[in-house]
Amino acid sequence: MTDIPVTIARPSTGLGALVRHARYVIGENRVTGFAFGLFVLIVLAALIGPYVVPYDPLASNTAMALKPPSAAHWFGTDQLGRDVFSRVVVAARLDFFIAVASVVLVFLMGGLAGVAAGFFGGWTDRIVSRIADTIMAFPLFVLAMGIVAALGNTVQNIILATAIVNFPLYARVARAEANVRRNAGFVLAARLSGNAEARILLGHILPNIMPIMVVQMSLTMGYAILNAAGLSFIGLGVRPPTPEWGIMVAEGAAFIVSGEWWIAFFPGAALMIAVFCFNLLGDGLRDIIDPQRRT
Amino acid sequence: MLRMVSKRLVMAVPSLIGVVIVTFLLMRALPGDPAAYFAGPAATKEAIEQIRKNLGLDQPLIMQFGRYVGDLARGDLGNSLTTGQPVATEIRTRLPASAELTLLGLLVSMAIAVPLGIAAATRPGSLVDHTCRVLATAGVSLPVFFTGLILIYVFYYLLGWAPAPLGRLDIFYSAPPQVTGFYLIDSAIAGDGEVFLASLKQLILPALTLGIFSLAPIARMTRASMLAVLASDFVRTARASGLSPMTVIVTYAFRNAMLPVVTTLGMVFSFLLGANVLVEKVFAWPGIGSFAVEALIASDFAPVQGFVLTMAVMYVMLNLIIDILYGLIDPRVRVEA
Repeated sequence: MTDIPVTIARPSTGLGALVRHARYVIGENRVTGFAFGLFVLIVLAALIGPYVVPYDPLASNTAMALKPPSAAHWFGTDQLGRDVFSRVVVAARLDFFIAVASVVLVFLMGGLAGVAAGFFGGWTDRIVSRIADTIMAFPLFVLAMGIVAALGNTVQNIILATAIVNFPLYARVARAEANVRRNAGFVLAARLSGNAEARILLGHILPNIMPIMVVQMSLTMGYAILNAAGLSFIGLGVRPPTPEWGIMVAEGAAFIVSGEWWIAFFPGAALMIAVFCFNLLGDGLRDIIDPQRRT
Repeated sequence: MLRMVSKRLVMAVPSLIGVVIVTFLLMRALPGDPAAYFAGPAATKEAIEQIRKNLGLDQPLIMQFGRYVGDLARGDLGNSLTTGQPVATEIRTRLPASAELTLLGLLVSMAIAVPLGIAAATRPGSLVDHTCRVLATAGVSLPVFFTGLILIYVFYYLLGWAPAPLGRLDIFYSAPPQVTGFYLIDSAIAGDGEVFLASLKQLILPALTLGIFSLAPIARMTRASMLAVLASDFVRTARASGLSPMTVIVTYAFRNAMLPVVTTLGMVFSFLLGANVLVEKVFAWPGIGSFAVEALIASDFAPVQGFVLTMAVMYVMLNLIIDILYGLIDPRVRVEA
């Protein structure tokens, strides 16, 4: 079950089998299990965070401004007296949403373009590869800045920019994987039974490279969060007072030099843990699905 | 060798063309009417029409592109709306600050990552190896602006070792006479030890921040390629001939293991140039990154466009240099070309 991707692409049906498989994946590697635990925590914060936090993340209370962490305010309070803990937890939803949305978007753009390029070859391949090369000619974060600046300073454009700069990665992996399978036995069989090319591409090739794409998605998820937080750190996309990790670090940055470390530290640490968790999870998934690429 | 270099130079041309097209399209993608945008909010209808004519926006797209390329060829990147200065001048005066910081950051990360990677590869499974792996994973997870802030808190606020994170030089010192624009080199040329030390002190923390960020890929690659080389036949032969472990590692393994590491430098530069923007913001560094960020906040588009273009051209050039360097290190590449 651990060596060829094709077997993973056809999981046994039923909820019981799914749970068994998940338990196997987590139990296989303790680090992956740990990362999975963190992942569940982040998803929980994103889902129910706003309903369980002790304070309103937007309510300011100037009497309580700039207080260090205490029993009442676990992560202290910021310059407006807002509870940092509540803001960090609530921010998980937006950061997680940005990361997931941009990864799904780049999968749709890069994954499909790459599969088409690898399967059809010729002009499709040339155009897709040229686009990927052009994007790769830029330092990625700089290109993302330029895209957000040009399209307008909104969260949607941050998602789009993060997706675009990741496009080459997805397109290349999908292209290589599709290229290997373009004349595989099952493709020839499908063609012989009269399937149209588009149907073969979407119904036969794509499902077979899905495991590798899923690994790719979990590996780039951390980068997506970092990229989005970096953009909002320099003042793009998310606007105050919206709680978001990048912008919270930016707001706290001014207070670091006077010793109020907690305002920037906790959102920064949350960001770091989230990225760390996604990277570990991605590595773990890759080891299980695609052991030949283990480093 | 010369043929290899010229061949590689020709290969960089499509990348440059792509970069110019993308930056042009980015300007065209400005939300709303670019003429109204460049005219500012208080402009009248006639003024907007005038600007449209001046900018050539009434002409077909291909003509506008020709005009843009013509401006670029003359080194004209447009004017900044907020300062009224030509963007090209502004970028030229600020570029050395960014370059000095980025290069020092790269030096720092090479100085840490390469020995670490080698140590990890020679003793797999040891404490050093695990440290290397943890550092490599943690390094890519750390948001670069967060690392910078922690370093400031620890070394400036708590320990008081570092100067205030406010630019390239403390206000008590004046900049050394400009030769290269790198304060470290310029002050050394001027023989001014005090300014050299002062600018070094300002540089250490931001350079370390960049170094920690780019450490991971270099350490990882050094370890992996060193492991591969150490398992090869010629290393076995060298060991069997009774050479000391040091000679085997340094003269035989290291030089061969460096080849893939040099290739990764391209990716590392992509990271570094992007991270540079964030680090400049954290340390109030007067480089082109903070210039672009200020312009972004003020919705001043010409500087941003100029910045993206400059960075991309620099990145293409750096990749070119890396490839040529690769040819110098690896004689096989020369023969094949």
